[in-house]
Amino acid sequence: MNDMIKMVVVLTILSSVSGGLLASVHDGTKAQIENQQLKFVKGPAIKTILKGSTNDPITDRFKIQDGDVERSFFVGKIDGKANTIAFESFGKGFGGDIGVMIGVNLDEDKLVGVSVTTHSETPGLGAKAKEDPSFSAQFKSLSTNDSIKVTNDGGSINAISGATITSRAVCDTVGKSLETYKKIKPQLAEQIKAF
Amino acid sequence: MAKSIVQEFTKGLWQEIPPFRLVLGLCPTLGVTTSVENGLGMGLATTFVLAGSNILISLLRNIIPAKVRIACFIIIIATFVIIVEHLMQAYTYQLFQTLGVFIPLIVVNCIVLGRAEAFASKNGILPSTADGLGIGVGYTLSLGALGAVREILGNGTLTIWGDLGFNLASVFPSFQPFTFMVQAPGAFIGLGLMLCAINAIGD
Repeated sequence: MNDMIKMVVVLTILSSVSGGLLASVHDGTKAQIENQQLKFVKGPAIKTILKGSTNDPITDRFKIQDGDVERSFFVGKIDGKANTIAFESFGKGFGGDIGVMIGVNLDEDKLVGVSVTTHSETPGLGAKAKEDPSFSAQFKSLSTNDSIKVTNDGGSINAISGATITSRAVCDTVGKSLETYKKIKPQLAEQIKAF
Repeated sequence: MAKSIVQEFTKGLWQEIPPFRLVLGLCPTLGVTTSVENGLGMGLATTFVLAGSNILISLLRNIIPAKVRIACFIIIIATFVIIVEHLMQAYTYQLFQTLGVFIPLIVVNCIVLGRAEAFASKNGILPSTADGLGIGVGYTLSLGALGAVREILGNGTLTIWGDLGFNLASVFPSFQPFTFMVQAPGAFIGLGLMLCAINAIGD
């Protein structure tokens, strides 16, 4: 009996100490990890979308609470006017989550660019969503009121051949991002004045 | 019979060098040694976990009940692995991305649990530290060596942290890389040949 209690006590104490320690490590490295991801994963995507911006979108960013998620928005100053923002959303692809960064011009309500940040799609097929610029280029200058769909579903986006599911997932994610954008546009317009 | 602290350390470098003598921890040995850099990075991460868990387990060896010792060891090891994972993500992000799933898989690396069970749970803190560090350094060197062989034959280059680069083509202009050496079969062939060489040299 004594043995039993000892086992339970030791395991409980070990687990809780380990949990506490990991929580503090997680907190301690959180900011640094976010910086690294900005630099190596989101950075290149933001730079392609907000091409021609005169500021550094990665430092000029702000956060807005949207429901229970906090989103980061990156501000691009193009032709001297800070009227373009980029942000990332996630959708379900063929092999897992797909992260899609979209750029929107607030004055014209137009997409300025779309770029896939993270994915686990099939190399050579779905992975082209990230590697092949001609796929993401199709989203450019679409209006935020357009419904974003692949041609098979009656939309205007040509799917990547052999990767319909991936193409649909990217379209859905862009569509969802645009919904978010429309919902919080007033807040965005307010925040963006500071830049 | 008792060995000195120095002997506990140096046995990991030759007599009990993990992938070649103990033939343990082969999954990362085969999986990540496509270059020197990856091999060394993986080895260092494992060393940290090994030394940390050995120290902690030898400290707690009289408190941990024998019946649940494996569960306790795994909690301790997993904690160190997650710490390493976070630190690597925070400070060496690119290496973290290349090593990918092999970092969390250190938890199930037989060397770590093997040393905990066979050594740290029976010995004092100083010998356990020496043992952990020795085995860890031996593992790092083995992965580095295998990585070097594969990188130089498979790619014709040798790169350490991006600064110290060496290109075989600059010495032998007609060198054609054996591309298969950086792919999966090359791992088996490279490891096999190195095992062969180490056995031939003997003790």
